[in-house]
Amino acid sequence: MHAWIAKQQYLIDFTLSSLARRKAKNFGLLLVYTLIVFLLASVMLFTHALRHEAAHLLEGAPEVVLQRMVAGRHDLIPPGYLERLGRIRGVQHKEGRLWGYYYDPVVKANYTFMVPGKENIATGTLVVGAGLARARGLAVGNVISFRSYAGNLFPFSVARILPQDSELVSADLVLMSEGDFRRFFDIAPGYFTDIALSVANPLEVRNVATKLAQQFPDSRPILREEILRTYESIFNWREGIVLALASLAILAFAIFAWEKASGLSAEEKREIGILKAIGWETGDVIKMKFWEGALVSLAAFLIGYVAAYLHVFRFSSALFTPVLKGWAVLYPRFELTPVIDGFQVATLFFFTVFPYAAATLVPIWRAAITDPDSVMR
Amino acid sequence: MIELKDIRKAFNQGRDNEFHALNGIDLHLPAQRVTAFRGPSGSGKTTLLSIIGCLSRPTSGRVRLKERDISGLPERFLTDIRRQTFGFVFQQFNLIKGLSALENVMLPAYPLGGDWHELRESAERLLGDLRLSHRRQARVEWLSGGEQQRVAIARALINDPEVIIADEPTANLDSALAMEFMDILEKLSAGGKTIILTSHDPLVVDSAIVHQVVDMRDGRVVRHLAMAEASA
Repeated sequence: MHAWIAKQQYLIDFTLSSLARRKAKNFGLLLVYTLIVFLLASVMLFTHALRHEAAHLLEGAPEVVLQRMVAGRHDLIPPGYLERLGRIRGVQHKEGRLWGYYYDPVVKANYTFMVPGKENIATGTLVVGAGLARARGLAVGNVISFRSYAGNLFPFSVARILPQDSELVSADLVLMSEGDFRRFFDIAPGYFTDIALSVANPLEVRNVATKLAQQFPDSRPILREEILRTYESIFNWREGIVLALASLAILAFAIFAWEKASGLSAEEKREIGILKAIGWETGDVIKMKFWEGALVSLAAFLIGYVAAYLHVFRFSSALFTPVLKGWAVLYPRFELTPVIDGFQVATLFFFTVFPYAAATLVPIWRAAITDPDSVMR
Repeated sequence: MIELKDIRKAFNQGRDNEFHALNGIDLHLPAQRVTAFRGPSGSGKTTLLSIIGCLSRPTSGRVRLKERDISGLPERFLTDIRRQTFGFVFQQFNLIKGLSALENVMLPAYPLGGDWHELRESAERLLGDLRLSHRRQARVEWLSGGEQQRVAIARALINDPEVIIADEPTANLDSALAMEFMDILEKLSAGGKTIILTSHDPLVVDSAIVHQVVDMRDGRVVRHLAMAEASA
């Protein structure tokens, strides 16, 4: 047993020294390999974390949102709709919501103005998102004026800035009191932007949506699960675009790796011949060369994956933000919650480490089973 | 010690460029003797040496080592025999570049899994015997031809083999270094090693330490002489 362990130590020592002896080749391979793993892992981690984040955020969203349509466009809900909704069986809670968009010519950005459902905000004050505060250089207590669509100037003082950890959904958000909102957008009492409904039984959501469509033919019910599905398909589509762009690099790497792995240089063949001639078994040579390939690919996988993790969860995916986060005027600065999907890790491992390690075996095996004399010649 | 019966070796069999390197060799190589194979390039000396040392297999014929037929043994057993019985000194030395002299000497013992300190001691002792202690940490490509050959000899001796096989050992050495090599061979022979070598260098084949000379041409043994006859 001691001899076996010592032999493995010798093999590992020799493998490491062998890697060091061809450091230029191995370092180049490691670099390219790491970059590919980094690219793939970044896309996978980022989209997975975004999907997770979206699903998490939507957990608190209403099951159904009812919007009124006029001439195919979203319009205000007139008075009386809320009362009529209460008569539909299955609706547990209903709430009229007030929100809208405002274009700020100063920073050429759109803000989302909203009246919060639960929080009371004093008249004349605002709670703003961190992205907006950053863009306009606002701090708590500062005064900011917005000119309404009717042309009147409304001054507000900043009561609070929303925390940065909710920036994905709140970067451009402006929360205000109901009175201020109605005055600013000139919306009469009783009118709402849309209605949020909660349904007691999740299995009843689609039935409630069907009833809403029948009783309010001028309205459209939007289900939470549909929004989630839309997010999923958007992220899948974007992930697909990035992966398609990356496919050329991946293909180039595959050819490079295959060339490196499947062919042994004359020097390597000679070395195998020498090792066999001086008494190394075929199995020892194969093991040693296999470990060489496995160490390179494992190191590339680990370094690439850790770098991708830091890139996505510490540096906000700086490289992919424009493609993967989509359109936004006030780019949110946020850190995604680290989420790792075991299946994704296994898939990435299978498609990066395994093929390379396997590809190295064939030529080594061929060289190792040949007579040492022929290999050395 | 080693008996060869009707050894034949053909390369590229069945192709247009089929070549017969050995054409029926019958030989007996006694233990604890120095045998030199002599002949022009292409006479089959190196091919015969690689078959004797289990580095390649004959196309036909039998090789017996200490009364045991090893011709048909699987590769794994041949590796064991190679490791335990033979030490090789190749014409181009075949040291592994990038490794130190000491590491090169230790390499053949790695598969045996012995104690590292003992192995290192043995390797250092061998290098010391060959006056290379001061160069033990130098990478082999930085050594002179003579030094590289001495490293190759130390490597051949690390597993204490019974037989030393040397292929054209003085081909890349000047006369002084060739003489030095012969001195080392003499010591090894005196220590009871069986030595088999190929050479067409008179300094080697006419040396007093050689017990028998085998002349080869076109893959055949044309003369098999005791040293006195060879010198004559």
